[in-house]
Order: sequence, then structure tokens, then C-alpha cells
Amino acid sequence: MMPLSLADTYLLGLPLVEMWYVVIFLTLAMFLWLDGSNFGIGILFGMVDDEEIKESMLAAVAPLWDGTEVWLIVFGGAMFAVFPDVYAGLFSENYLLMFLILGALIIRGVSPEFREQRHDASWQRVWGVLFVSGSTLAPFFLGVFTANWLIGSTSLLSLPGVVVGLVVVTLSAVEGAAFTNMKLEEKSATVNTYGTIFQVAYLVLAVTTVGYLYLFVEGMAAKVLSPFALGLVALTAILGIAYIVLLQSGQSLYAFVTAGVQTFGLIALVGFLLYPTIYPIDGLIVQDAAVSVLAMNVMTVVLVIFLPLVLLYFAVLYNAFRGPVQAGEGY
Amino acid sequence: MVDPVLASRIQFAWTTAIHIIFPTLTMGLAPFLVYWTWKEVRGDGEVYARLRRFWAKIFGLTFVVGTVTGIVLEFEFGTNFAAYSSAVGGIFGGPLATEGLMAFFLESTMLGIFLFGRNRVSDRMYLVSAFLVALGSWLSAVWILIANSWMQTPAGFEMGTRAGQEVAVITDPVAAYLTPRFFWMFSHMQMAAVLSAALFIAGIASYKLLTTDDRSEFWKKTIKVAVVAMLITAPFQAVQGDAYGRHVHDTQPAKMAAIEATWETQTGAPLYLFAFPTNPDNLMTPTEEEMIALGIPNGASLLATGELNGEMVGLEEFGDDIPPFMLVFWSFRAMVGLGLWFILLAFWAAYRWRKGELFEDTLLQKSFVASAGLGVLAVELGWMVTEIGRQPWAIQDVLRVSDGVSPGLTGGEATLTLVGFVLGYTVLLSTWAYIVYRLVRAGPDAPSDETSSPTADGGVEVSAE
Repeated sequence: MMPLSLADTYLLGLPLVEMWYVVIFLTLAMFLWLDGSNFGIGILFGMVDDEEIKESMLAAVAPLWDGTEVWLIVFGGAMFAVFPDVYAGLFSENYLLMFLILGALIIRGVSPEFREQRHDASWQRVWGVLFVSGSTLAPFFLGVFTANWLIGSTSLLSLPGVVVGLVVVTLSAVEGAAFTNMKLEEKSATVNTYGTIFQVAYLVLAVTTVGYLYLFVEGMAAKVLSPFALGLVALTAILGIAYIVLLQSGQSLYAFVTAGVQTFGLIALVGFLLYPTIYPIDGLIVQDAAVSVLAMNVMTVVLVIFLPLVLLYFAVLYNAFRGPVQAGEGY
Repeated sequence: MVDPVLASRIQFAWTTAIHIIFPTLTMGLAPFLVYWTWKEVRGDGEVYARLRRFWAKIFGLTFVVGTVTGIVLEFEFGTNFAAYSSAVGGIFGGPLATEGLMAFFLESTMLGIFLFGRNRVSDRMYLVSAFLVALGSWLSAVWILIANSWMQTPAGFEMGTRAGQEVAVITDPVAAYLTPRFFWMFSHMQMAAVLSAALFIAGIASYKLLTTDDRSEFWKKTIKVAVVAMLITAPFQAVQGDAYGRHVHDTQPAKMAAIEATWETQTGAPLYLFAFPTNPDNLMTPTEEEMIALGIPNGASLLATGELNGEMVGLEEFGDDIPPFMLVFWSFRAMVGLGLWFILLAFWAAYRWRKGELFEDTLLQKSFVASAGLGVLAVELGWMVTEIGRQPWAIQDVLRVSDGVSPGLTGGEATLTLVGFVLGYTVLLSTWAYIVYRLVRAGPDAPSDETSSPTADGGVEVSAE
């Protein structure tokens, strides 16, 4: 292909702008599934009393979170590269919220690492509490961010923000409960109970969110009632029930996958409800927000080459650490 | 409350300055870890497993702090420099996204295996994981420096519009991303990282040799590897840095004039050894008359152009578009001074080593201890030259930093986050340093045949090689 045409036409004539819109949300969903389960473990860490289980939880998170957090970095980077006005607008308009997210992520990341460096009770308690706080607040603020994005708000504290914040927190805990039991030699009944409670809470909160959007957000009613959106809600309800059954019967891996599909469902709903707008505050639509054809083509080539490799790295990583935590593992 | 532009600049400078400490050390330590892992897997002695285990602990801790501080930078362009992000995202965002996809994913997933998976994977896979962590960390630097070098010497674009705004549109990706500047920067930065890590581990090891007799063979082994690395990197930096300077003169004359504090355009410009502002109202950008200086005749021209009578463009030609060049001038001199000290240190150690008395020179060991953090300091100073020397531009001659700040940002918001970062990063850096100190104090694990006598020298398995 001539260089000239790369500047004028999308690769193979594909609808790359729409494709990248999907990629952005897929990246976010991957983050909320894989790192979400680490958040969930952090949330449950504050609820479980058994020290052995708690150590296994930390050991489960240790090799994974660094890699899974990169999905958020790539979400930001991809948005910067392909929809820079959205990256700039969303992040600067939600200025304090972004730094709350970052602060929670910093605390979540360093606290288990720091906690293991000293073995006296007060040191471990401080970093343990910070680990739980960071793991709870990071998904909460990410939920607020998602709500603000969807309804074009910049409010730090609003009803839809809080509800969607809790949606993401409960979903993370659902993922984390399944993942914790995957990593335990003997499945914990306590963890199963929490997983079930959080799954029910998630379904209630998710339906509340959809109801709120239908009733109170202008222009959403028709989209919410579309077969695609209603189908996603129904699918989520079925998966939620399946999750509870699988978790209770000890099939934690399948429960974890079920939670993952719910995560993709949630993000698919957000992407669907937003489209064709990508930045409601300015009423910016996807096509107008995209960078030049050449820049889009270059990024697409990068994506096509490296995304399969990235998936391979994760397959290698999760495969190496498959099955329960072994004695002596972790920090 | 601070003006949002100023607060954003200080915040970005602060968050970057703290962040760069950690990737500098991890990128620099990575080749050492690959080497030790390779020796371990080959079965060249248990000491290599212990070297790998001990330094991997410090590497892992440093990497974690580097990750969490790095993610801030990825988002800070959007939060504080929204106008910049909109204007150049179509070019500048690409390398950042590619860094995540191509490099950071590789590095961080393989790190999980390298730090926690020794017993979960085969020897071969373990060695591969060490190599891929190192590769990933160096590839990260490739893309970050591609992005940064485009800010220094922008190319391969034209101004166009998107959604009614004037933005930079990429026209030639190869010209934009593979600027000559990138190659200068990458080689300089990576060698600096290895040198910094070598100084860091040599300083720690010398501290242990000076303060305890325990496991001295372990620390001696560390110092030897570090000295070899210093002997390669320290002289390289001087030779490469000299040529890099001429490239900067050719491509960013204002920065070169700032480095040399050259006010008037002249041939045969002197190399000032020192220069002090004399007007208290103008400390950062003194004119010729507002400065006392001592210079070597023709020195700056020689260094910048390769000719004694080469012409140097003076700062006066750039009007208001000049950096606070006293900072650049002194940062540069401090960096070069440190670089010369590192060369001296490397040759001093080599001389002692050759005479078979590397570990008998207490003054050398104390010098290593004192220099443990100086490599990182030199990196900071070098980046100050690079970044302050480009001011007031964010993209040289294209976009000013002040025009790049988020339009809706208030002074209150910006001040609040700035204060938060100053406090938070101080705690983070202190905790990191405290834990490194604890790890060093505890030292490496005892060799396996020596568990009953923990105070004995760790050299048993070393002498068995």
C-alpha cells in the first residue's frame, strides 16, 4: 500500500474509528475484570478474619496486580493517542476525581508490598487498613468517573456517581470472591457467603442504575429500552444467578469467568448508551473526536501486532500461577 | 493559592522528578539481574542465586513504586495539560499508548513470574522471564524517549484542525518518531541508568563491607560486577555526551546558549566555569551586564561546534522565549562534575583491582558509599537541563507550556493536588528508602551450608567455584 493512501483511507477500508471506540471500552473492561478481582480481594481482605486465608489473598494478588493495572494505563494511553480531546476533557474536567483514583491506586499498589516488610502488628495493621481502603476507593472512584462520563457530569459527589461507584465496588468484590476461592486449597465458606451477598447487591445496584438512567437522564430512555440494553440486563441477571450457584458448588474458576462476562456486559452497556457521543459535556461525537487517518492507521498496526502478544503474556502469567497458592509463596 | 499554570508546572516537575528515580534504578538493575539469573540457572554457584534473590527484592520494591508513580504521569497530561493533550495527542499520545502495549505489559507480567514464580516455572522459563523484564523496561524507555524527543525536536507533522481546534497532525510517522534526538537521548539515558544502578549497588555493598564482616564475599561479588559496569558506562557518557552537546547546539540553539549562559551571539564564545547573577531582581535570566563569570576563551564554541571560532547564538536573540537559564547552566555543570567524578571512581577502583587490593582501600569504599545516590542525582540534573532548557516551550517553537495548561483548571484545585503530591510522594519516597535500608541491614540469606553459623563469612560456596 502506498504511504499516500495510508494518510487518506483507513486500513483495508475498515471502520477504524468505531473499532477504536470498542477497543477503548474493551481495555477498560479488561482492567475492571482482571484488576477488579485484585480490588475485590483487597475489599474482602478487610472482612475475612482467618490469617491464613488473608496471607493467601495477598500471595494471590502479588504476582498479578502490576500487570493487570497496565490495562488502565493502556486505556488512558489509547484514549490519548486516538481520542485526545476526550482524554483531555474527561481528565481535566474531573480533575480532583482523577487524583482520588490515582491516590487510591498508589495506596493499593504499595501497601501489600510495604506490609510484608515488617512483621510487627502495628505496621501490618496500618498497611493492611490502607490496602483495604485503596482497594475499595479505587473501584468506587472509577465508578464515579464512569457515571460522570456517561451522563456528562463533573460532580465529585452525586447520586448516580455514588450508585455507579458502588456498582463497580460490588462487582470487584464478586470477582475477588471467586478469585480468592480459586487460590485456596480449601474453599472458604465465608468467602462464598460474601461473594453471594455482593452478587445480589450488584444486581440490585445495576438495575437501580439502569432505572435511574431511564427516568432521570435526558435522551437515555429510548436507548435503555432497546433490545440490546435490555438483553444485557437480562443476561447479567442470569449470569449473576449462575455465579452464585457456581461459587456455592466450588466451581470458582467458572464463577470468576461468569463475573468477567458481567463486567464486559456492564462496560458494553456504558459504551452502547454513550454512542455515537463520546464526550457528552461538549456533545462531541466519536467521528469528530478521532485523530487523523494516518495516526489511526499507525495505532491500528501497533494494536494488531501487540494485542495478541499481550494476551499471550497474560496467558503465560495466569498459567504459571494457576491453582491454589502454594506454601511459602507471596511477598 | 498558586496560579494554576505555575502549580501545574511545579506538580509535573515534582511528580516526574520523584518518578524517574525508580525506573532509573530498575532499568539499570535489570541487566545485572539477567546476568545473575543466567549464572544461577547455569549452575555457576549458589552465590548467584543469592545475588539474584537479594537484589530482586530491592528491584521489586522499586518497580512497584515506579509503577504507581508512573501511572500518575500517564494521566497528568490530561488533568493538568488538557490543551497540550488536545493539540498534540495525535502524535504524542501514540508513543505513550505503544509503551503500554509493547513494553509495560511485557515487563509487568513477566515481573510477576520473575519475583514470585521461581518454583512455578522451569529454569529456562525463569531466565526468559528475567530477560523479558529487562527488555520490557528498556522498551518502555524507547517509547517514553520517542515522545520526549519529539517535544525537543518536533518533526513529521503539520498544523491542521480537528473539531474546530488547531492541532498537530502527523504526516510522517518515521520522521516524527525516529528523530536523531531520540538516539542521542536513549543511549545517554540507558547508560546513565546502568551507571546509576552500579553506583547504587556498589555504595550499598561498600557500606556493608565497612560496617560488618558478615557475608563479605557476597558484597565483594556485587562490587566487582558494579565496577565493570562503571568502567564501561562512565567513560561512555563523557564521550557520547560531548557529541550529544554538539547535536543539541545544532537542533536547539536556545538550550545550548542556556547551558553555556551565552548572552550575545558571538564567535569563539568562552566556556564559563562559573557565572553568578549580580542583579537580585533578575536571578534566573541575567544579561551579559548582570552576570559575573570566569571563562575559558573559545571553550563553549569548541564544545558546541567543534571549532574554536564557531558561532554560538546568544540568548538575547530569543526575546522573551528563554528559559531560567541559570538553573540550566548550574544543573549542567553539576551533572558534568558528577560524571567526571564517576570516571575517576571507576578508574581508581580498576587500578586497585589490578593491584589485587580492591577491598583494602577504605577511602575508595567510603567514596562508593558517598556516591550511592549520586548517579540518580546526575540523572535528575540531566533531565533538568533537558526540560528546563526547553522552556518556555512544551514543544520546541510550536507550543508554550503556559498555552498547554487545562483551561478550566482553578488555582485552588491545582494547589490542592500539588500539596497532596508533595506530602504523599515525600512519604512514599521515605518509606521506600526506609525499606531498602531494612533490606540492606538484614542482608542476603545465608548460604545453604552455613545455616548453623549465621555470622560466618558467606564465601564458602564462592571459593568452590
